[in-house]
Amino acid sequence: MLGRVAHGIFWMYRYLERAENTARLLAAGQRMALTRGQDLADAEWKSVLTTLGLRQAYEAQYDDYEGAHVCDFVLRSKDNPESVFSMAERARTNARACRSAITAEVWEAVNEGWMTMRDMLASPVSDGSLGVVLAAVRRESTLARGATHGSMLRNETYSFARLGTFLERADNTARILDVKYYLLLPSLSYVGTPLDTGQWDNVLRSLSAERAYRWLNSGRMDARSIADFLILDDRFPRSLVFCYSAMREQMGELAQIHGFEGSAHECMRELDMRLTGKSVDDIFDQGLHQFIQEFLSGNQQLASAIADDYRFLG
Amino acid sequence: MYAPDGSVRDAYRGYNEWFGQQNASWLKRKDFEAEGFFRRTGITFNVYGEDDAEERLIPFDMVPRIITGAEWRRLSKGIEQRVRALNAFMHDLYHRQEIIRSGRLPERLFRNNTAWLPQMVGFTPPGGVYTHITGIDLVRTGPDDFLVLEDNARTPSGVSYMLENRETMMAMFPELFSKVKVREVSDYPRRLAKSLAACAPPGAGANPNIAVLTPGIYNSAYYEHAFLADQMGAELVEGSDLRVVDGKVQMRTTTGFTQVDVLYRRVDDEYLDPLTFNPSSMLGVPGIMDVYRAGGITIANAPGTGVADDKAIYSFMPEIVQFYTGERPLLPNVDTWRCSDPDSLKYVLDNLAELVVKEVHGSGGYGMLIGPTSSKKEIETFRAKLKDDPDNYIAQPTLSLSSCPIYTKQGLAPRHVDLRPFVLCSPQGVDITPGGLTRVALKKGSLVVNSSQGGGTKDSWVLDD
Repeated sequence: MLGRVAHGIFWMYRYLERAENTARLLAAGQRMALTRGQDLADAEWKSVLTTLGLRQAYEAQYDDYEGAHVCDFVLRSKDNPESVFSMAERARTNARACRSAITAEVWEAVNEGWMTMRDMLASPVSDGSLGVVLAAVRRESTLARGATHGSMLRNETYSFARLGTFLERADNTARILDVKYYLLLPSLSYVGTPLDTGQWDNVLRSLSAERAYRWLNSGRMDARSIADFLILDDRFPRSLVFCYSAMREQMGELAQIHGFEGSAHECMRELDMRLTGKSVDDIFDQGLHQFIQEFLSGNQQLASAIADDYRFLG
Repeated sequence: MYAPDGSVRDAYRGYNEWFGQQNASWLKRKDFEAEGFFRRTGITFNVYGEDDAEERLIPFDMVPRIITGAEWRRLSKGIEQRVRALNAFMHDLYHRQEIIRSGRLPERLFRNNTAWLPQMVGFTPPGGVYTHITGIDLVRTGPDDFLVLEDNARTPSGVSYMLENRETMMAMFPELFSKVKVREVSDYPRRLAKSLAACAPPGAGANPNIAVLTPGIYNSAYYEHAFLADQMGAELVEGSDLRVVDGKVQMRTTTGFTQVDVLYRRVDDEYLDPLTFNPSSMLGVPGIMDVYRAGGITIANAPGTGVADDKAIYSFMPEIVQFYTGERPLLPNVDTWRCSDPDSLKYVLDNLAELVVKEVHGSGGYGMLIGPTSSKKEIETFRAKLKDDPDNYIAQPTLSLSSCPIYTKQGLAPRHVDLRPFVLCSPQGVDITPGGLTRVALKKGSLVVNSSQGGGTKDSWVLDD
């Protein structure tokens, strides 16, 4: 396949995944804001912006952290190139540019998703309809993923699609975890307070992980077991270990299809080593923030090694 | 659909019977469904110069335009003759120019033609084919009178609509197709791939690599480019995907560079190769013309074939057909006055209100005057332009075009149509898909069917009889 198309597919799935995760994060933010007083609500909305890496851009526009403003900025602002709508649009542009590499079902899912977003986000979203809009964002992404599963040939296009999905997902999970752990608590003395557990609850919700976590850890809600779950539980589809195992599988497919391994494979192996055999205690000994920072930069290295090996740009 | 005496024409008998049995509100719902279908699948057409309407749907009318098998057989013969003549003409123009030496065609016609490419002189494309894909626009003025309105030998578009219109019709009215036997069009992409492969350069091997070159997603016909590549199983490439390596045109793939043998380009000549033509173009492939001239790649259609789209050349087509085939043209032209000729110019100026005047190099319905529907002021403005540069114009009578019914909220209503069949040409022969793109003027009384001017399309049926 063409390098440009591999690039387009990889990013199309990254945008779809990111739009979906952004919607989850907003949904969790809204829930927290509703269950707390105004001061804490503002702090929660601020943390949403921080996780998304949008605080600076937001603060250039607004002086407050009101939910309506944050949601508008994150969902549809023209001043925010990372808005959900702009990601839906970029995913669709990529899908158009790679039209002959994806199936009609995938194209229709992405195109319809974009049309739905365009209509829903044509004007500011009211508090009352935010839930509906966020559910729609998640659903469109799910539809595209389902169409991908159900209609795409298991060839290299599929591998690049899956790599994009899981690389982005691993990135998002890691960022969400990092923000909570590193940035949110006013000080260490808050550990174990309702504020602390409330925030953890929010982390789980932003990854749609609260139910799964509860099944496995009835009643427990502490940093260690949540980190254990989100990083190392290979049964949860948004855990770092799960994402990496899916990526490893796709890298293996690519090696088989092409008959060669490049620097991306080497990079993949190195990153794998950092995760295998690790316990949550090892991670906390190293420092969670430190661990995540290394993880994120490893992710970044892998993405650029893939782009180089498979001639995305030149 | 109806003959002048009010009876149903043969071609429409089966359809008319079916239509009479349909419930009005059900039809209304179907009409609504069709739009949703097109919008969902993203069958769009970009209109330049309109920010808001970057992607637009071409309105689809659900009443088919029907041609009998016998009519089609006659038409096909005329089309084939015309396409053979066009190819011979191209070869002659770029080689011995006998038609000019014989005095049948004035030399200035192509000397002043911007589509004429000196780079093609003395060069013969692989297989001797110039117009791999031709769209011939036809209008009908009477039961046995099909006339050629225009030849599109540059990069005719619209074939995806021909195919999607049929898909839509079959999805909406499956039972209709078991009642009326319609000839297939859906194998056009396979025929196209086969025809292109047959034009591959000698060194290409048994399975030549075909790619479709598009200017990208902002081009008005991008949907069609992607559609054709997809249906042919060919790569859809942009200029930046291609590079000349080791004297061959190669595309950048995830595993390295792979040779392209046949390039179905949907990029205009002047953007094809920045080293040969427009140096600022980012759409083309630097050096591709050198590879082409060395026999390393087939470019379809051949650069320089746009000469034939020129409306002044068109006016000579009867002579051209006669000259190269030695036969009387089976498909006549619409009467055409060349404004470069002083007597014709006088006639045109005297009768502007009755005529359609077109720019010689114009396309897409731009830069034309339709006398009968224009205001006095528009006519006077055009008169000045015409006097200023008469060589740039031709004029044609407004024909009493036959009409086809369209579906409106008030029921069936007649509108003017034209028909663009798609013709493939290779050393193995001329291959015409039975059908084509019917464009229809949606406004009552209008003669303009161009999609860029608000026209619509409908499915075109050739009956299997």
